[in-house]
Amino acid sequence: MNILDDLDSVSLRDVPDFRAGDTVKVHVKVVEGNKSRVQVFQGVVIARNGGGVRETFTVRKVSYGVGVERVFPLHTPIIEKIELVSRGDVRRAKLYYLRDLRGKAAKIKELRDRTDS
Amino acid sequence: MNANVKGVLGEKLGMTQVWDENNKVVPVTVIKAGPCVVTQVRTPDVDGYSAVQIGFGAIDPRKVNKPQAGHFAKAGVSPRRHLVEVRTENASEYTLGQQVGADTFEAGQFVDVVGTSKGKGFAGAMKRHGFHGLRATHGVQRKHRSPGSIGGCSTPGRVFKGMRMAGHMGTVRVTTQGLQVQSVDTERGLILIKGAVPGPKGGLVFVRTTSKDVLA
Repeated sequence: MNILDDLDSVSLRDVPDFRAGDTVKVHVKVVEGNKSRVQVFQGVVIARNGGGVRETFTVRKVSYGVGVERVFPLHTPIIEKIELVSRGDVRRAKLYYLRDLRGKAAKIKELRDRTDS
Repeated sequence: MNANVKGVLGEKLGMTQVWDENNKVVPVTVIKAGPCVVTQVRTPDVDGYSAVQIGFGAIDPRKVNKPQAGHFAKAGVSPRRHLVEVRTENASEYTLGQQVGADTFEAGQFVDVVGTSKGKGFAGAMKRHGFHGLRATHGVQRKHRSPGSIGGCSTPGRVFKGMRMAGHMGTVRVTTQGLQVQSVDTERGLILIKGAVPGPKGGLVFVRTTSKDVLA
């Protein structure tokens, strides 16, 4: 098993500490033809799934009244960086209930002073 | 027969994922290949065909019987647990005692992987042969996973041989053909193969140049 962990550690990247409820800006590299540019996807993290090198996180935003969700592998090389915008005050690890809420009800309270980090 | 078939024995360590140069996720199986040694070279003159016999795995020398011990002594190597033959035309290029390892293969090559599949025990017809079973409703009683009819009545008056029924499943030799080598780590003796290979973690696998002509 150690060899596999060793193998995975090459792919692991530095990611900021964030959890469900936090608002993040994900800077994604987009390749169009032979040109590459950076696109920002800003939204609320509603879930983190899996662990290790295959961990993913789901970001949800509402764009022109339409909910858009994107699942990113946490350690994918296409992410330039993950920027933490704000921390959210939530009680669960998976915020799938946000899909059924709109407007003010779908707003997440900001966490003021978290003791850790 | 292909002129330049290569093969190596190894241990399946498990699966993980890596990113390729296009930043796409590639599921890979990690195989610890070798170290193997050449224990015999088969030649058409003596054996009627040409092949290389390679050995892999540690074994207590006391557990090796006399004929086998003699066979290994003839090759000048310590006894190994597993032996396998690679049928190749260029067998004469190998020498006795030669090391065979992960560097046998390189990234991008296509290989066949032979292993012993995981045992599933006594399995029903649905799991073993992919039968659909009977209906969940419409009056079916306690027969939802049964195979249904297995033949006629007094003609033929018996069940045909080879009728697919429940029975022991798994623990058989399985070959997965046409897998691509993602990368090779010669330092640690690892081969990363795209996709799944037969057998449990820690199981013995035999990696060989693919027999599929279109991929070779």
